[in-house]
This record gives sequence, C-alpha cells and structure tokens, in this order.
Amino acid sequence: MTSVALLGQILDYANRADPYPLYAELRRTPVVRDESGPYLVSTYWEIHSLLHDPRVSSDVRNLAPEAKTAPAIEDPDLPPSFIRLDPPDHDRLRRLIMRTYGPPHAPRRVYGLHGEISGIVSELIDRFEGRDRIDLVDDFSYPFPVTVICRLLGVPQEDEQRFHGWADTVATAVEPLVGTPEEQQAHVRAVREARHQLAEYLSGLIAQRRRAPREDMISALATDRGADESPMSLPEMLSNLTLLLIAGHETTVNLITNGMLTLLRHPDTLKRLRADPDLVIPLVEELLRFEPPVQLLPERTTLDDIEIAGTTIPQGASLWLVPASGNRDPQRFPEPDRFIPDRPDNQHFGFGSGIHNCIGSPLARLEAQAALAELVRRLDNPRLVEDPPPYRHNAVLRGPRHLPIAFDGLSR
Amino acid sequence: MSPMAVDGSLERLRREGRIVVVGASLAGLRAAETLREEGFTGTLTMIGDEPYEPYDRPPLSKQVLLGRVPADHTALPRSRAIEAQWRLGAAATGLDPSAKRVALADGTSVEYDRLLIATGVRSRPWPNELEAGLDGVFVLRTRDDATRLRHRLKAGPSRVLVIGAGFTGSEIASVCRERDLPVTVAERGPAPLSGALGSVIGDVAAELQHQHGVDLRCGVMVTGLEGDGVGRLRRAHFSDGGTVDAEVAVVALGATRNTEWLAGSGLAAGPRGIACDAGCRAFDVRGIVADDVFVAGDVARSPHPLFGYRFLSLEHWGNAVAQAEVAAHNMICRAEERRPHLWTPYFWSAQFGVNIKSVGVPNMADQIIVSQGSLGEHRFTAAYGYQGRVIAAVTFDQAKWLEFYQRQIEQAAPFPPPFATVDRRTEGMRPVPAGFPDPSVPTHGPQVTVSGYSPTDQRVTFTPAGHGRQA
Ligand SMILES: Cc1cc2nc3c(=O)[nH]c(=O)nc-3n(C[C@H](O)[C@H](O)[C@H](O)COP(=O)(O)OP(=O)(O)OC[C@H]3O[C@@H](n4cnc5c(N)ncnc54)[C@H](O)[C@@H]3O)c2cc1C
Repeated sequence: MTSVALLGQILDYANRADPYPLYAELRRTPVVRDESGPYLVSTYWEIHSLLHDPRVSSDVRNLAPEAKTAPAIEDPDLPPSFIRLDPPDHDRLRRLIMRTYGPPHAPRRVYGLHGEISGIVSELIDRFEGRDRIDLVDDFSYPFPVTVICRLLGVPQEDEQRFHGWADTVATAVEPLVGTPEEQQAHVRAVREARHQLAEYLSGLIAQRRRAPREDMISALATDRGADESPMSLPEMLSNLTLLLIAGHETTVNLITNGMLTLLRHPDTLKRLRADPDLVIPLVEELLRFEPPVQLLPERTTLDDIEIAGTTIPQGASLWLVPASGNRDPQRFPEPDRFIPDRPDNQHFGFGSGIHNCIGSPLARLEAQAALAELVRRLDNPRLVEDPPPYRHNAVLRGPRHLPIAFDGLSR
Repeated sequence: MSPMAVDGSLERLRREGRIVVVGASLAGLRAAETLREEGFTGTLTMIGDEPYEPYDRPPLSKQVLLGRVPADHTALPRSRAIEAQWRLGAAATGLDPSAKRVALADGTSVEYDRLLIATGVRSRPWPNELEAGLDGVFVLRTRDDATRLRHRLKAGPSRVLVIGAGFTGSEIASVCRERDLPVTVAERGPAPLSGALGSVIGDVAAELQHQHGVDLRCGVMVTGLEGDGVGRLRRAHFSDGGTVDAEVAVVALGATRNTEWLAGSGLAAGPRGIACDAGCRAFDVRGIVADDVFVAGDVARSPHPLFGYRFLSLEHWGNAVAQAEVAAHNMICRAEERRPHLWTPYFWSAQFGVNIKSVGVPNMADQIIVSQGSLGEHRFTAAYGYQGRVIAAVTFDQAKWLEFYQRQIEQAAPFPPPFATVDRRTEGMRPVPAGFPDPSVPTHGPQVTVSGYSPTDQRVTFTPAGHGRQA
C-alpha cells in the first residue's frame, strides 16, 4: 500500500498561496492513503466517479471509529444539515429547500434578485470614490454576498452586520482542528457559541414570518406544508438555514476575490473583459475551475469496499476528494494550469457534482458575474499591491484574507 | 493499390467528394455537422421528405401538446454551419448501390461517393383504414401531427382515448390530465410501460396513472373504432366487450422503420430496420458490409458488444446523436481510425410529474431489484439483471444515480449488486422477476466489457466464453 504525507502539507498555511504543485504531486497516485489516515482522491475521473457513487456516504456516522479524525463540529443540539446526510433524508430536505428556492415551485427566486444584485454592486463601488486604494475583501467581497443572502432569506438589513461575525466563526468549522488540545477545545466552543446565537436569532425570525409571511425565502420555508412528505421541522430549518448562510457567503467571497486576483495577474484577459463584458459568463466558469472556492471535500466515507484506480478503499474509511486538483487534471483539461477565459468543454468541479452539488450555484454565478464585470468596468488601471496577497487560514474554503488593489480613478 | 493511393483517394473524398444524407432529421443533421467538424469540404446533400428543416421530436409529446411551445419552435439548434444543399419535401424512392445513385420522388436523382441512411421510423397507423380515417383519430410522430393533435386537445374534447401505453402513449395521457381532459388508456399488456420496463415498474406507472385520474384499462385490446353519421369518431370497442365514448383517439402502437424505399437495393433492409456493423456500415442481404453506405438513428439495427452482440434497434434520441457522430467519422476516415458505436442505450421520459430515465437494455433482463429508494414513494433506482450481471437500470426521479449504474453495466458487474449503498430499503434486499412478457434467451456468449470515458479512448475487452472471470 502506497502512502504519502501530503495532506499535512496541503493544510499547512505556508502552502496556502499556491497549493497546486502539491495537487500535481498528489495526482501521480490517483487514490492514495495519506499517512494521517484519510484516502485522498485527486484525479478528475476518479473524483467524478466517487461523487456519483451510491456507496459513498456524506454521513460521518458511517465512519469507522478509528477513521474519525476530529471531534464532531456540527451543533450537537441540531439535526445534521442536508450536506451531512445521505438519501433519503438528504433528498427530502433538499427537495423541501428547492420548493422555496428554485424551479419549478419558485423559478424566479434567484433571477428575481438580479436587479437588486446590480444595485448592491454599484453602491459598494460608489464608496471607492476619492480613494486610490482599496482592500477588495473588506471593502467589497465581504459585504456583498452577505447582503445578497440576507435579502434572499429575508434578514432585515439592520441585522446584517451581526451575520458577519457568526458566519465567519462558524465557517472555520470545516477545517481540521489545529493547535494544542486546549486551543482546539476553545475553537469548538467558539463555533458552538456562534451557532447558538445564530439559531436563536433565526428562530425568532421564523416565528415572526409564520405570523406575517412576506415574499422572502424564510417565509416560504416557514409556511411550506410539503408536497407528499412532512415539511421541515424547526430544528431542521435552523441547521439548514445556517448552512445556506455560511455556504452562500464564504464561498462567494472567495470566488469574487480569487476572480479579481486572477484577472489582475492576467492583464490581457482583464482588458478583453473590459471590451467584451459578455466574456464574464465563460470566464466565471473558468475561474471556478482554476481557483475553486471549495478546494477539498473532506470526510466522506464508504459504505462498502470500493475498488477504484487499482486501490481498494475499505468500508468506513475517511475519504477526502480534492476537486481543486481534479480541476487541474491534464487527463481531463488540456493545458490545465493556464487560465483560458473562454475554455470550451469546461465541466469543472467548482460546484461539486452528483447529489450534493452546490444548491447555490445559480446565485453564486449571478453574483460573481455581476461583481467582476462591474469592478473591471469601473476601476481605472487597477493593480495588485502585493502578490501573493495574505491568505485566510482555511485550506478548504481557500481565499485571500486581504486583497489590496491600487487604481487611478473610478469610471461612472 | 499502394497505401499512398488509398490515402490519396481518401484525401480527395474529404476535399471534394459527394456525401448524400437521406433523412433530414436528428441523425441526419448531427452527422452533417460532424462531417464538417471533421474537415469534410466536399458537397453535402440533405434529402428529407418533410418540408421542414430538422426539428426535435421529444417536445412534441410534452411541451408542444401542453401548449407551452408552438410546434414550429422546435427546430434543432445548430452547432455549426453545414453548407448543405437541401432537398426538403423530396422523398427518396430508390437506391442503386452499384451506380451510387439515390432516386427522388420528383424523378431526379443524386449521385454520391458516400451515403448515410437516416430515415428513422414512422408511427404504426391504426390497422383498419376506414376507422383510421375517422375525424378525431390521430398518431403522433411529426410536427404536423403535433399541431393537429394540440389544436384538437385545446378544443376540449369530452374524452380522449389513448391506444397503447408505451412511452409516447403515456406521455400523451399525462398531457391530457394536465389539461384536465378526461382520458382513457387502453393497453394490451399487464401495465403501462411494461413492454419497455417490465411489469414491476409497469405497476408503478399504473399507480401514477390512477393517481392522476386516468381511466386505465390493461389487458384489453381496442377492437374497433366507431364513427357517427358524418365520419367523426364517437366510440371505441374493447376486446372485453366494453366500450368508451371518445371524441379523440391517439394511436400509440409503436413505429415501423422507413425502409420501403430500399426495396430492391440489395441492402439488408426490412421492417425491423437496416442492419449495420458497429461501425455503422450497412450490411447487404448477403451479410457483407458495404464500404460506402452508412446507417444511423432509429432506422439502424446494430450489434452491441456489451449485449451479446445482439442487434439493437433503439428509438432513442441520444442513440441517434451518438450513432450519427460515429457514422460521420467513419465515412471519411482511414480504416484503422474507425470507431465502434459503443453507446450504452439511454432514454428519458417525462410523465405525471415524474422524470423517468433508463440505461442499458431492460427488456433483456430476467430479474430486477430496487437498489435505492422505494417503489411506493415513486422515487427509486432499480437495477435489471440478466444471468447474474447488471444489464440495465431505471430511475424514477433519481436520475443522479444513473451514471453509476451505466458504469456497472459497462463493467459487466454482478447482479444483484452485492454492495451496500445509500438509501437501500428492505424491499430492495432481494431480486424479483422483472416481468417481461417474453424473456429472451441469448446463448452463453463471450464476455465483453467497455472501458474509457470518451469515444476516442473507449476500449472493448473481449473474454471468450468460459475463460477468465471465475466465479
Ligand atoms: C413524440 C415523440 C417523443 C419522443 N420522446 C423521446 C424522449 O423523451 N426521449 C428519447 O430519448 N427519445 C424520444 N423520442 C425519439 C426520438 O425523437 C428519436 O429517437 C429521434 O427522432 C430519431 O432520429 P432519427 O433522425 O433517427 O429519425 P427521425 O427523427 O424519425 O427522422 C427521420 C427523417 O427521415 C425522413 N424520411 C423517412 N423516409 C424518407 C425518405 N424515403 N426520403 C426522405 N426522407 C425520409 C422522415 O420523414 C424524418 O424526417 C421521441 C419521439 C417522438 C415521435
């Protein structure tokens, strides 16, 4: 049995700015057991096949006891969210969410936000007036999606600030714990505390919307009676809304920030986009391939032995898929390390694949397209101030913590 | 002839040859696009007996009948310009393979260096011509059929009778219920879809129809259609002595291949289609493949290595596309670059709010197991087994698992699936007879598997019977 010690290096903050050479090394053995325990899968077709394999479980309760690496980070007082569940429970929750969020029941939910999204983008950019330098993360990427998700859900504007804190803390939960046992415990406690506050707040909002429904998604969820199955319970709503909030927020911050960073590193592409704003549509797809906001899918497990690429992954093993590596697999994408904004045949894993594929993808696309096209149109001569920029600690939801950009002025 | 000369003539064919496509629909169009895509610059003639540019049929029994999409908004999207000479509204009436000439109904003819036959199928008409001629009796295959039927449904007939509960018939019944029209479905078999999917799944389809208020009558045949004094459909008579009053009857009794025009051509063409090899080259009646006549789409019958080299006739949209691409490639490449049509059969249908998909060849199966989900909930994945291997799968509102089962089929994986999966219920612990009327029994053939993901890297592995793969 071959084994490597690459996971530690991937998680090591020192490699955050450029993990891609590590992924390339990983791909030399498509399926490999890491010294630290998990099986790592790094090549496109193998990831694809496992994401569509009904023997693969997302429910950590199916992990063999010895494969459990970290203490459970989900809130023990709430049921698992749907990304942590398998069918049929996963399917039921996802269907119930889709009834309030997408076609056929709510076909206008996302697209209806189109105008509002453009408005928020313009407003945020207007605030750059009179400056010649911004931090894209703090001044734009961070406030933008949280505002959008709050409007989607129906969170009142005056409460939006409080979400920043909660969402930020809870998102760190996806990362393996580091530090001394005391530090780890403190981290787990902080995450739980943030989750509780968020849950309490959302319960209040749900109760309010049950009494007086509005046009928003929380009202729709709170009043939905299900079709042929039981509607969501309050605890189910709380854990899944928390999930939507975090997943819809952190990932979009990174998508937009990585997008600007990539454009500033490819000035010709930036120029092309400025001349042809429609280019943003394929460009965002390429971005999702080239710098995906979700780099790793940790902690899936196997319900049975699975033989793949000459390796047998035993039942109950901890399985880590590396979509960011699959996205750079030369067996699937010609010239994978080149950013080609209009790349044809771009079936990337930017939103995952299979039954857990990203439910927020239509919204994320809309947000990233609006943000990048408008930033590029309005910022005169934008330049990177430092490269690489400082990154956030998180290796799973990877992205810069700050992205200082200098520019000469603002177009109308 | 030296290889140089062969290459030279192939180069000439690619540069200035004449390719004729008979049948200007899905397969014909996709083949033409592939020919251009792969660098064919000669003349391309598209012969089609319908007056319209290529259009898409699946919406005809769905969105078009529902009134969501007009019938003339179904033109097939073009992936590229094909710069063809179009002979639309012109049926091919004969083929002379030695003179390499296609005769047309208008008395003209067209010569070719390579010919593609993609004439598809047509609806089997109601066998009694007088009755078939009654006002209110329809079939559904073409754009014009759909326009007429939709018009009539819109007028709000007192009742619609659908004769035959295969996929098309069931979809039409579903549309009627969505339009709130009373509908009776008459099916000779034990349940809707049972010919294609077996009676275990057929029973689920029957439940769906009942739930949606269809008056479903199985195990009966329609023995006669009765008109009123002015030639309008009034009533149908059933083999069990029953009758039903209906203003509209849709005959959905399957299809016949459009091969009559090939009579006397010497090709192996008949009511079951035109036999061809896996490279899409037509067989002549002696069983020898022609080098310059190719076949694709619903009209083709081609041997599939995965299914005991059985000759499959598939009326599947995806098959028409895949086979057309292979045929076009093989028409203009060197012998050693030819590709086999290894497409794993795949089909979808939308009815009564359920998305049905199937992969493989269900009706070859002897057993079925509900591997995920539950029949009772109408959301499930079922795998079909034939002699201990997975041969097909069907999903009701669970299409996301289909790909996995496709790989199982391609790898000749054992049946019943021996492994644990998500959403396995107690009802899915044991296989049961699949319930096909006539279980087919091909012999203990060799073991064949397909590997690879794209047409260019697909490989066939051949293990002679009795070797390898010990139990
Ligand atoms: C109502 C309906 C619903 C369907 N729904 C689905 C579905 O949901 N999923 C799915 O997978 N498949 C579906 N299908 C099947 C799918 O449409 C066919 O598999 C596909 O159209 C086959 O394409 P083809 O080009 O081989 O044949 P066709 O589309 O039949 O085209 C053949 C063409 O050749 C013409 N032709 C025939 N004889 C001659 C001649 N002598 N000279 C010149 N031209 C001639 C015909 O008029 C026709 O235009 C459906 C079909 C119908 C009718």
